[in-house]
Amino acid sequence: MAKKLVFSVLIVLVANFLWASASPVKDTVSTYTAEEKADQKKSKIKEDIKHHLQDSHDFHLFTDETTGKHYGFPLPVILWDEELHVFMSSEFHHGENIVQSKDKYYELHHGKIHRTDESGNPVYKIDKDGKYLIDKNGNKIELKPIDFSITKNVFMIMVISLMLFIMLFRTNKSYKKRGHLPSGIGRFIEPIILYVRDDIAIPNIGKKHYRKYMGFLLTVFFFVWLVNLFGLTPIGVNITNNIAVTFCLALLTYLITIFTAKKTYWLHLIDPLGNTMPWIAKIPLYILLVPIELLGTIIKPFSLMIRLYANITAGHIVLMSLIGMMFVFNNWIGSSLSFLLAFTLGILELLVAALQAYIFTMLSAVYFGSAVAEHEHDEEH
Amino acid sequence: MEIPAIVGAGLAVIGVGIGIGQIGGKAMEAMARQPEMYGKLQTAMLIAAALIEGIGFAALFAV
Repeated sequence: MAKKLVFSVLIVLVANFLWASASPVKDTVSTYTAEEKADQKKSKIKEDIKHHLQDSHDFHLFTDETTGKHYGFPLPVILWDEELHVFMSSEFHHGENIVQSKDKYYELHHGKIHRTDESGNPVYKIDKDGKYLIDKNGNKIELKPIDFSITKNVFMIMVISLMLFIMLFRTNKSYKKRGHLPSGIGRFIEPIILYVRDDIAIPNIGKKHYRKYMGFLLTVFFFVWLVNLFGLTPIGVNITNNIAVTFCLALLTYLITIFTAKKTYWLHLIDPLGNTMPWIAKIPLYILLVPIELLGTIIKPFSLMIRLYANITAGHIVLMSLIGMMFVFNNWIGSSLSFLLAFTLGILELLVAALQAYIFTMLSAVYFGSAVAEHEHDEEH
Repeated sequence: MEIPAIVGAGLAVIGVGIGIGQIGGKAMEAMARQPEMYGKLQTAMLIAAALIEGIGFAALFAV
């Protein structure tokens, strides 16, 4: 078994070498020295990573470097600027065109939509006398439309939600048809649901209250997991890379915590020590303790938000840098080494995708558990 | 990015690394000693590691 494995790894490596030497990367500009070329590649890779981390108004799949043609499909742009403006993002021609919609003009600049005049100059806010309004730093304030566009992230969130909807409804249906035995996709889903229930919800929330939180926990688990997995596919979406998305998820956790919290939760916040000591002794302690406890309620969801966002962003940056290193080295040894590294890290990222979903769900469950806990605080101490 | 900020972030990440290493090692020890507690220990380990990791990321984003 082990011999076979080593053998197949060797074959893959040899094939990799052969392929790499058989198809050298064509250099379009040959007048530059090797160092300058490497520098160009580096800045190109940096730009690509930066581009990858941003949300965009069209679904860009890949670019043909030789012809400079972009492949992908446009997405609708929806703007609110005194009235509703709707047009497709293909009208921008990747930021080269100014789009006229009704009586206003817009341009796409670094992934953001700005208002312009006919010739493409920015438009600034003007007060009644015709003077420019100025912000704190003395700059003119640009007029910006409110952007409700269906961007790449929004589009992918819709697609993933639809996938989840179909998957989970099929599971549900298979129970109706066959009793307690799931079929099809349900066989894959059922153990995960049971895991979330038995290993995440019940131990942390308790048998009495766990049922009402299961909907949220399962939704968050599947959503974050699928979104993270889609981030690793070559279509290059990264939704949890957007702090607004993780902010909304964490906000939901926070709202559910505070709206389902029992009396003991609030009592614990303003009176953490209970009846363990006389009230005179408590006063100096509480000057410090109560603000910390109150702040903790906000820090908890905040850390949820940062953790998911930062983990996925860091993973993507490192993974893309390693893939970029293959092109910077551009030789047998360096490229295959960085390929191996990127490959290993890719597998690790698969684990991280599931682990982050697990941790988000787990910590949400812990916070919900603290909200409904009815433990006798006085007896513990 | 100034050099002090980078050095500070590096120091913070070293601290986080030591912390998570401690958690992992101690959890391993505990699991070896009491294999029947495996599940609970793993959960507690992951939560603690996730909480410390947050500090590391905060340091990285401060750069």
